[in-house]
Amino acid sequence: MDIHEYQAKELLARHGVHVPRGGLAYSPEQATYRAREIGGSKWVLKAQVHSGARGKAGGIKLCANDDEISNAAEAMLGRKLVTQQTGPRGKLISRLYLEEAVDIAQELYLGFVLDRKEERVMIVASAAGGMEIEDISEKKPDSIIRATVDPGVGMQGFQAREIAFGLGLESNLIGKATETILGCYQVFRDYDASMLEINPLVVTRDGSLVALDAKMSFDENALFRRPEISELRDKSQEDPRETFASDRGLSYVGLDGNIGCIINGAGLAMATMDMIKIAGGEPANFLDIGGGASPERVAKSFRAVLGDKNVETILVNIFAGINRCDWVAEGVIKAIREVGVDVPLVVRLSGTKVEEGRKILADSGEAVIVADTLAEAAEKAVAAWRAAAKKKKAA
Amino acid sequence: MAILLNRSTRVIVQGFTGKIGSFHAEDMKRYGTKVVGGVTPGKGGQTHLGLPIFNTVKGAVRETRAEASIVFVPPPFAADSIMEAADAGIKLCVCITDGIPSQDMMQVKRYMRRYRFEDRMRLIGPNCAGVITPGQALMGIMPGSIYLPGRVGIVGRSGTLGYEAASQMKALGIGVSTSVGIGGDPINGSSFKDILQLFERDEDTDAVVMIGEIGGPQEAEAAIWARDNMRKPLIAYIAGLSAPKGRRMGHAGAIISAFGESAQEKVEILKEAGVVIVPTPASFGEVVADTLARTKKAA
Repeated sequence: MDIHEYQAKELLARHGVHVPRGGLAYSPEQATYRAREIGGSKWVLKAQVHSGARGKAGGIKLCANDDEISNAAEAMLGRKLVTQQTGPRGKLISRLYLEEAVDIAQELYLGFVLDRKEERVMIVASAAGGMEIEDISEKKPDSIIRATVDPGVGMQGFQAREIAFGLGLESNLIGKATETILGCYQVFRDYDASMLEINPLVVTRDGSLVALDAKMSFDENALFRRPEISELRDKSQEDPRETFASDRGLSYVGLDGNIGCIINGAGLAMATMDMIKIAGGEPANFLDIGGGASPERVAKSFRAVLGDKNVETILVNIFAGINRCDWVAEGVIKAIREVGVDVPLVVRLSGTKVEEGRKILADSGEAVIVADTLAEAAEKAVAAWRAAAKKKKAA
Repeated sequence: MAILLNRSTRVIVQGFTGKIGSFHAEDMKRYGTKVVGGVTPGKGGQTHLGLPIFNTVKGAVRETRAEASIVFVPPPFAADSIMEAADAGIKLCVCITDGIPSQDMMQVKRYMRRYRFEDRMRLIGPNCAGVITPGQALMGIMPGSIYLPGRVGIVGRSGTLGYEAASQMKALGIGVSTSVGIGGDPINGSSFKDILQLFERDEDTDAVVMIGEIGGPQEAEAAIWARDNMRKPLIAYIAGLSAPKGRRMGHAGAIISAFGESAQEKVEILKEAGVVIVPTPASFGEVVADTLARTKKAA
C-alpha cells in the first residue's frame, strides 16, 4: 500500500528527519493561506498523487506570490496527472501540499528496501541524488553505497555513520545525516514498510539536511497490526476495478486486454494469462479467486471482472485442490442468472469433484463453452472473443 | 525415499483444532501420512480426530517423537509457531499460512540461524501448497489423486500451477518422486536451489521440473547452481510472461522490481545455463516426456 508524500513526511518528522515546513490544501484559497502560515517568499506547490516523476508531468510548481499559488492550484486540482509511472489513465489530484522552497546546495539519494537475496532490509545511498535510482545504477554505479541490517539487533550507529561519510558529507553534517538515516530505518521497521525513498535528500545552502521528497509503501500483510497506516489509504489513487475487488477479498489486477480471467491460484492465473497471449488474445485482468471458493465468491468474481467495460469474453480456469468444482460450477450458473453475463463464457474445471462440476454446467442449459485442458480453454476463449468482436463490428 | 517426506515420517499439526487444520489433518491421514498429534495452546490433554493435542511443540515432540510439523496457524501468530517448531527440534516444518508479514519472516530466518547447520530445521513455505511424496505421504493441501508415484521431482512456487504440471504428466503416465511447493512470498524458508540440491542427491529422482514465476532472484540463482552442479536434467517454466512491471500478481513475491526479474529475462538466464524450457503452461507433459526419452537414449 502506498501513501502520499505529505503523510510520509509526517511520519519521518516524528522520528528526527528534517522536512521543509509545509501544509496540506484542498483548494486554491487554502493553498494561499498555507503560504502565509509557512512564511517566506518562495514556495513549492506539489500535487499529492501516488506516483514519482511528478515534476516532469506538471505536478510540481515553484511559486513566488499568492496569484501564482492560486493559479497553479486551480490548474492542478481535479485534474488527472499522467506521469511515466501512472499509465495513460493517470491519477486524480485532489490534495495539494505547499512547502517552503529550499535553497539546494547538493542532492543525495537515500532508499530503504527489502532485499530478497539477503532477506534483510537494505539501505541504498548515493551522492548522485535527484535522478531515479535505476538511472543512478546505470550511469553512476560506483556512487552507490549499500548496507544491510541484521534483523536481530536492528540498524547500528556505525552503519549510518559509514553511509554518511561515504556520501562525502562535511564533518558538521555527519551527526545530522546519521540521525536522519537511523530515523528512516526506525520508521521503516516500526511501521512495516516495504519501501522508503528520500529522493532527493538535500544539503541546503545554510548547511542543513532536509528530506525534500519522500515516498513510502507498506507491507499489506502487516496492516493488521498498523491501524494508523491503514487509515492513510487513499482509494482515489487506486484503479477502481481493483478497489472493488479488494473490498470483496479478491486479488485482482486490472490490465488492458479484453479477455476477463477468473482463476484459482496466483501461479495458475499468470500461466493462464500467458496462455491467452500465446493463443493470440490479451488478458483484461489477473484475478485469483483463492481457496475455498463458494458459489457467492464466484459470483462476486464475475461482478469484478464484468465491471471492466473492455471485457468481451470471460475465461474461468479452476484447478480444484481445496476448492470444489461442483461449487465453482454452481457459482458460475448463479452468476449467469443473477449478475447477467452478456459475453461468451469459457469454463475449464479440473481436480476435486470435476465430474459433478461438469454435470452441473451441462444440465443448466446455459450457454457455457466447456474446455478440458488449459490449452483448449485459452484457444476457445480467444476464438470466442474474435467471433464476438466480429459480430460487434458488423452490428 | 524420494526427498523430505515418506510414509514413516512422524508429523504433527500446528493449528490442529482450527477448521482448516482439522480438514487437512484428516485429508493427510487418509492419504497415508503418519500424523501423530497436534498442537493448540490451551487444549493440551484433549484429543482431536482420535489424536492427542499438546500445548507446546516441545511437549508434542517429547511424547510422539514427531520429526515434522505442518503449520496452519493464522498469519499474526505463524512466525511464532515456526520458531517454536525450530526450537523444539522439529527437522522439517511446512508452513501453509498465507499473509505473514515480511519482517516476521526476516526474524524467523534470523532465528533459525542460531542452530548449527546440521541441527537446523528445514522450513518449506510459507504461503505454499506443501510437500507430497506420491503413494507415501502428504504434508500439504494438494489433492493427492492428481499425482502418480514415479521418478520426476517437482518444485514450484505456485500450488495450482504445480497441480497443472503433475496432472499433465499423469496423463502421459509420468509419475512424481516428490513435489515441493516453496511458496509465493518474497522471503521463504527454502529456495529453488535448496530443493534442487536435495533432488540431485536423491536416488529415486531422475529429472526435476522447476516452476518459477516473475519476481525475486531465486530462479536465476538456481540456474547458476544447476549449470555448475546438476547432472540430472532440469526442466523449467516461468509464469508471468504477460505481467507488467511493478504490479504485484497475487503472490506477495510476484512483482517485477529489478533487472532479471521478468519472465523473459529469467527464461534467458535459464536457457543460458542449459536448462530445458517448457515454452507454454500447456506443454509440461510433453516436454518432460521428451526430456526423459532423450536422457534414456543418451544413457
